[in-house]
Amino acid sequence: MIVEITDAVIDTAMVTAGMKAGSDGAVCVFDGIVRDNTRGRRTLYLDYEAYREMALEQMRGLAAEAATRFGVRDVAVVHRLGRLMVGETSVLVVVASAHRGAAFDACRWLIDTLKKQVPIWKKEVFVDGAVWGAGEPFPAEMALHAGDDVEMLG
Amino acid sequence: MRVRVLYFGALKDLFGRGEELLELADGTSVGEMVMKYRDRGLGETGIWQSIAVAVNQEYARGEDVLRDGDEVALLPPVSGGV
Repeated sequence: MIVEITDAVIDTAMVTAGMKAGSDGAVCVFDGIVRDNTRGRRTLYLDYEAYREMALEQMRGLAAEAATRFGVRDVAVVHRLGRLMVGETSVLVVVASAHRGAAFDACRWLIDTLKKQVPIWKKEVFVDGAVWGAGEPFPAEMALHAGDDVEMLG
Repeated sequence: MRVRVLYFGALKDLFGRGEELLELADGTSVGEMVMKYRDRGLGETGIWQSIAVAVNQEYARGEDVLRDGDEVALLPPVSGGV
């Protein structure tokens, strides 16, 4: 299992090649890259930052859970931090499995869950200003207003 | 007691720093600490409704009680995207 947070360029081809083994029938790759716009506003670059130690622990947990939950053979999850230009890979998920169904499912679950709960943020810098990416709400079990303290935080 | 508070993303910009030490009454809960920030009227009110809090790198609940020396991270919604 490969789980990394890096400040260097992610070599998608190399990571993917390294994930293949004889018993695999499928390798599913999600390559998350920097888009050149957000709702039509032209993006210059993205600055990614993380709560690094916690993010890595969370990614390790998700990778292990994906392997168990979907029964896939191996998983790689790599996230890059710092300044990323349009077209560069910010996050890479690779799942290797005997069959494609589990590989697709695990890959989708990993990237969707990572985007909701791993503490990594991106500042989008446009030609005409900058904004922190508006993330999705935290899952109920992680949001502070979950459970008994709804009223307390009013 | 004293805790180390970490700020990320929009909160880091709001406070102009990544962390600070905070003096709190013994027995303060995570929810009570966040209410202190909200009541100071800092930032958009929405941000205090949308954050999660990690204590010593684990997601915490509002009722969790803080202890001296805890590392308390205030986490805006993460990068997301669809």
